[in-house]
Amino acid sequence: MNEIPLTHILFVSTALFFIGMYGLFTRRNIITMLMSIELMLNSVNINFVAFNKYLFPDKLDGLFFSLFIITIAAAEAAVAIAIIINLYRSHQSIDVDDATEMKF
Amino acid sequence: MSNYLYILWIPLLPLATFVVLGLFGRKYFAKSAGIIGTASLLTSTLLSFVAAKQYFFEDGKVNGVYQKIIALKYTWLQFSPNVSIDMGVIVDPISVMMLIVVTSVSLMVHVFSLGYMKGEERFATYYAFLSLFTFSMLGLILSVNIFQVYMFWELVGVSSFLLIGYYFNKPSAVAASKKAFIVTRFADLGFLIGILIIGFYGGTLDIGLLIEKFTSAQSPEFISITTASFLGASMLTWGLVLIFMGGAGKSAMFPLHIWLPDAMEGPTPVSALIHAATMVVAGVYLVARLFPVYSMDEAALTIVTYVGAFSALLAAVIACTQTDIKRVLAYSTMSQIGYMMFALGVSKNGGENGLGYMASMFHLFTHAFFKSLLFLGAGSVIHMVHSNEMKDMGGLRKLMPITHAAFLIACLAIAGIPPFAGFFSKEEILTAAFHENKLIYGVALFTAALTSFYMFRLYFNIFWSKDAAVKAHHSAGHDDAHDHGEGTWTMKLPLMILAACAVGVGFIPFSQFISSDGAPLETHIDVVFSIAPVTLSILAILLSASFYKSHNAKSDKAVAFFGGFYRAAYKKFYVDELYLFITKKIVFPLIGQPIAWADRNIVDGFMLLLANTTAKISTAIKGLQSGKVQNYALYFFGGVLALSVLFIYIWK
Repeated sequence: MNEIPLTHILFVSTALFFIGMYGLFTRRNIITMLMSIELMLNSVNINFVAFNKYLFPDKLDGLFFSLFIITIAAAEAAVAIAIIINLYRSHQSIDVDDATEMKF
Repeated sequence: MSNYLYILWIPLLPLATFVVLGLFGRKYFAKSAGIIGTASLLTSTLLSFVAAKQYFFEDGKVNGVYQKIIALKYTWLQFSPNVSIDMGVIVDPISVMMLIVVTSVSLMVHVFSLGYMKGEERFATYYAFLSLFTFSMLGLILSVNIFQVYMFWELVGVSSFLLIGYYFNKPSAVAASKKAFIVTRFADLGFLIGILIIGFYGGTLDIGLLIEKFTSAQSPEFISITTASFLGASMLTWGLVLIFMGGAGKSAMFPLHIWLPDAMEGPTPVSALIHAATMVVAGVYLVARLFPVYSMDEAALTIVTYVGAFSALLAAVIACTQTDIKRVLAYSTMSQIGYMMFALGVSKNGGENGLGYMASMFHLFTHAFFKSLLFLGAGSVIHMVHSNEMKDMGGLRKLMPITHAAFLIACLAIAGIPPFAGFFSKEEILTAAFHENKLIYGVALFTAALTSFYMFRLYFNIFWSKDAAVKAHHSAGHDDAHDHGEGTWTMKLPLMILAACAVGVGFIPFSQFISSDGAPLETHIDVVFSIAPVTLSILAILLSASFYKSHNAKSDKAVAFFGGFYRAAYKKFYVDELYLFITKKIVFPLIGQPIAWADRNIVDGFMLLLANTTAKISTAIKGLQSGKVQNYALYFFGGVLALSVLFIYIWK
């Protein structure tokens, strides 16, 4: 079986990243925006793992990095959801367009 | 060298009183403020007497010469290794003498005010201000550094301002306090420039070091300051004359005297303390403190002499025409300070030639007592008749026997009749003037006669003459002449004590203690020399008696005889009007208004331009901060993209 070249994997992760970015800019629901951010983080994880596997197969640094990112993403999700709950309590909405008090 | 550190308490006690009464007085000590102030000052007075006894009789003298002792010196601001502003306490004959004068006169005034100011709404504030003044004056006396002098000098000015304006709901008092402050401030500008000149060339601000450097003709500082010249006079002359300008402002010397008569708007005890006995002699004290330096410069001393003599004469002439009794006393103060100034002017430093210096200090000492007595007596009279005008008085001798006696003693003292205090000091001044400058001697002699004339004019008008006041007093429903009386015992006691001083202090062998170089000076009263001034004084008193003792037309004839001259003197020789003309017609329109225009349009305009530009730019860009989270994310990604492009394609 032929080995999958690196560029294919990079293509997947780039696609994932820009899908996440698109979601972040277009969605108005904060939870969806949070999911988009997770997509972007995971595209970075794929990059790390792929580079580790293809360029430095005898080392594990990339794997550890992706493990760290997963951990931080979990913590970030917990914090973000707490914020979202508070936002919902004060605004009765989780639409970002309803929370624009912090302007000039 | 024994310990004089306790002298520090003498100024600090009044300061503590000021703080306590100033902060809590009106609420908690409204009634007891007077007692608190007096008690604290009594302690200071006792301490000063202890200090004087210790200094003059126990350990001030080394080998027959009184030493200058620096009891305390604390470096406050160090500018360079040599130049610093120090706070300290100096103990030498004149500072100890001034301690006695200031604390005792201040104590008398505190006691007198207990009766005089009773029932005033701001009684505690009054005592707080008195304490502030006493503190500042004592600090001024004890200064070791010329900048310390300057700071206390300003504090004295502020407390004088506060006390003149004590009746702040009276427009004339407000105007007078402002005038006093502005005129003396103007003089202090000269003082400051003088300090800077002297400090620049001397390389130090310490008075002792300055004197040391400028009194030896070989020192590099002395050579540099005398060779540098500006407009034809050496910098030493400029520095000393400018310092004297500060002194002339505080001591009301011509032409900076215009504030003193108006300062009489303050309560009378304040006039006795500040505008007769203590603050106004600060100028004399300043010149005396720097006298060794002054004695190195003939030109500066000549200016001191002629300004002093002219002020003495001018004030005496004006005093003859005034009808407000406090104004007469104010001009007489100015005249007597003129005496002290020219006595310093004709003096030399050291030995027999230092007679003028010693005479000046002696006159300062005796004058403090009899002039404060005169003012307190006048205060007593004003308390009784509720008027400052001579025409409302007359025949008061029966109603106020103690005030009458005290006032008479003070008048005799100021007129220089032996054996009262003024005689001794005035004799010394006349002797000093006679040996140095015959013209000054003539002026002094004539002024002495004028002094006797106008003081007795005052005396006869208040206590003899018509019986107007007595009648008014009776007709106003006061059948019993003693219902109001002379005031409380607190008002009579200071009069009696000061009267005793006015008789007695002349017998102090003053020259044994205070002289220009610290060594005792042998003086004696020459009977033959005294004949002229005493005879003139007695003649002047007799003339005055014939004019004013009983109501008659002789004085009106004299007024008619002098005509225009009398009117000019009555209007104080139009000096006030001249100042008004200069300020209103020249300074304000030609200097003040252009500068005000520049301030409003150029200085303010530049600031407005800056502010408006900032505001416009921020209005233009404020849309960027929309409050929408996705916009911010967009900016962030845009920034990352831009940086990536930058790093990948441009900075390869």
